[in-house]
Amino acid sequence: MMTLNAMDQVLYEAQRQGRISFYMTSFGEEGIVGSAAAMDPNDPMFGQYRESGALLFRGFNLDQVMNQCFSNDLDKGKGRQMPVHYGSKQHRFHTISSPLATQLPQAAGAAYALKRSSITTTPNSNGKEDGQCVICYFGEGAASEGDFHSALNMAATLECPIIFFCRNNGYAISTPSVEQYKGDGVASRGIGYGIDTIRVDGNDVWAVYAATLKAREIVVTQNKPILIESMSYRVGHHSTSDDSSAYRPKKEVEDWNLHDNPLTRMRKWLTNQGWWNDEVQEITKKQIRADVLKAFGDAEARKKPSIPSMFEDVYDCLPQSLVEQKNEIMELVRKYPDYYRVHDFAKEQQ
Amino acid sequence: MAFRISSSFGLSRSAASRLGMRMTFPRLSMAARYNSTTTETITVREALNSAIDEEMEADPKVWLLGEEVAQYNGAYKVTKGLLDKYGPDRIVDTPITEMGFAGIAVGAALSGTKPICEFMTFNFAMQAIDQIINSGGKTYYMSGGQVPCPVVFRGPNGAAAGVAAQHSQDYASWYGQIPGLKVVSIFDAEDAKGLLKAAIRDPNPVIVLENELMYGTSFPLTEAMKSKDFVLPIGKAKIAREGKDITIVAHSRPVQFSLDAAEKLAKEGISAEVINLRSIRPLDIDTIIKSVKKTNHLVTVEQGFPVCGMGSEISAQIMESEAFDYLDAPVCRIAGADVPMPYARNLEDLSLPTEETIYKQVKRVLNVQ
Repeated sequence: MMTLNAMDQVLYEAQRQGRISFYMTSFGEEGIVGSAAAMDPNDPMFGQYRESGALLFRGFNLDQVMNQCFSNDLDKGKGRQMPVHYGSKQHRFHTISSPLATQLPQAAGAAYALKRSSITTTPNSNGKEDGQCVICYFGEGAASEGDFHSALNMAATLECPIIFFCRNNGYAISTPSVEQYKGDGVASRGIGYGIDTIRVDGNDVWAVYAATLKAREIVVTQNKPILIESMSYRVGHHSTSDDSSAYRPKKEVEDWNLHDNPLTRMRKWLTNQGWWNDEVQEITKKQIRADVLKAFGDAEARKKPSIPSMFEDVYDCLPQSLVEQKNEIMELVRKYPDYYRVHDFAKEQQ
Repeated sequence: MAFRISSSFGLSRSAASRLGMRMTFPRLSMAARYNSTTTETITVREALNSAIDEEMEADPKVWLLGEEVAQYNGAYKVTKGLLDKYGPDRIVDTPITEMGFAGIAVGAALSGTKPICEFMTFNFAMQAIDQIINSGGKTYYMSGGQVPCPVVFRGPNGAAAGVAAQHSQDYASWYGQIPGLKVVSIFDAEDAKGLLKAAIRDPNPVIVLENELMYGTSFPLTEAMKSKDFVLPIGKAKIAREGKDITIVAHSRPVQFSLDAAEKLAKEGISAEVINLRSIRPLDIDTIIKSVKKTNHLVTVEQGFPVCGMGSEISAQIMESEAFDYLDAPVCRIAGADVPMPYARNLEDLSLPTEETIYKQVKRVLNVQ
């Protein structure tokens, strides 16, 4: 949680300095880590975009974060996605899809694929035969999209092993949740689709963990979906393209940050247990910041993905039309290396 | 969708007429016009069914989902008998939500299975177009090649009969524009079997455009087509009839109109070459270029709208190629009228290209009376 917070601070500032084009922080929503902790590491995970914490918990490291945000030659996504749109097959984390809520029916489909387990199952990390479960994150704003409704109905009727995890952080960019819906939040909709649902304090990491753990148990033993609505508060702006002071009072943000913040609450809990104190806090914070800055510097210094790599992965093989385009641009690049700044890019892999 | 006219297509003809629907059927016995030595025939519907059946038998990862596909055997009976053979885990009826089950298909494809997603018609796939294009077509690229999406989207496309504006559109050029998708358009039973099997085996997302009015049409069943490994290459057109005076390029049902027009023109001494495009993307422009260099004239035929259509694309690519220097007349595009499809029979007929349209335009291009 502290790493997530430190990383967000550095990358947010980096965007403000023009060193990356875009960023989305998780300030105030660090409690999401509890949900990732309750899942099996091999459970497929679908994010919306503000789930960096869940991905970090899975072991996606700072270098991988920075390589993606700088879209350099080590980025597994080969520099094709905006910053924060992570994806890692290794961590069973599906590539972020920007159009809101499209991940929900896809996650239900992934869960249906799990059901046909004889052909798709990767054994659980603990070797248990209790089956796998998909977890799919989304915001309360995305829950207004048609895809949300279709996904819940499909998952319920097809009896898919999936946890729909709603991060209700109070705002969809500028639209407060009181303008997003008239009913009782997102949770009430789960009941309508015949899906067992729980609402949880999203700023209490242990509550999030316990609810997700129980939800997962129900999903894998009864083969049916569960909806979790996790109540939290978006302390940061929606993204670096947003300035939330235009639509909410500064005091509101400060109050939440001061009185009900998952990081603060976790720290107090640890302190009460006698496992934490101010000194440990400072040392840890310092170390994490140093690690973040090191990864940041390393990633920024690297070259961008090779020029011809832009033609790869449109299809499994390069079609003739793309072979021709690739050859044409490489001819120009060879002819005018300075204009195309070839030294900024990695060499083509043979 | 509040009104689903096509849900009654699966009814008997009398049931449909009770519902006040006008159902017209294509002219029959097209097979008789082929100079084939075989007497065995197969309908396009049967060919599609056997393609799905064979691929499901061969690969347990293949499964099929859509509205009415299981118990009802499909709105057009393409999936007949498959529920009994493969069970409800692999032939899956879904609720009526195109964006939902298209998303299920994409997600399941990203997770190692090979779903075939049936749309009752591609007109309804508009509700799922974000899933098809933004996720189905782009995720392999966006994931840096980490996650392929081997999904097939299939269903009837283009003008049916008497179903008006919202059920009659041709989406070939829509999907054909998207890098990451492969798109095929089926004319006869050979296309149906060979292209659908190729689509299911393909590791990329493939759109298979069928034509409702061709489902019941019989074509010769060749020895080659009986093989369980009969696949046609996606990206290759077929010369359906050889000729030397003019090239007619068409896809889907208009291939038949083009063949009929060519037959009529032959009686007047005009030798037309007919190319069945088969693949919309990749587009086999090489075959068209080669043909134009031989015939020096080109006519394109499609049922879709004229603006930004397949004819527009083919014309542009021909103009950019060496074939341009071989043209003795401008390329002629024959397409559907630039209006939403009207319902009234006379207006509908006037909105679509026919054998007669092609016949007349060929003579105009060749400047013969």
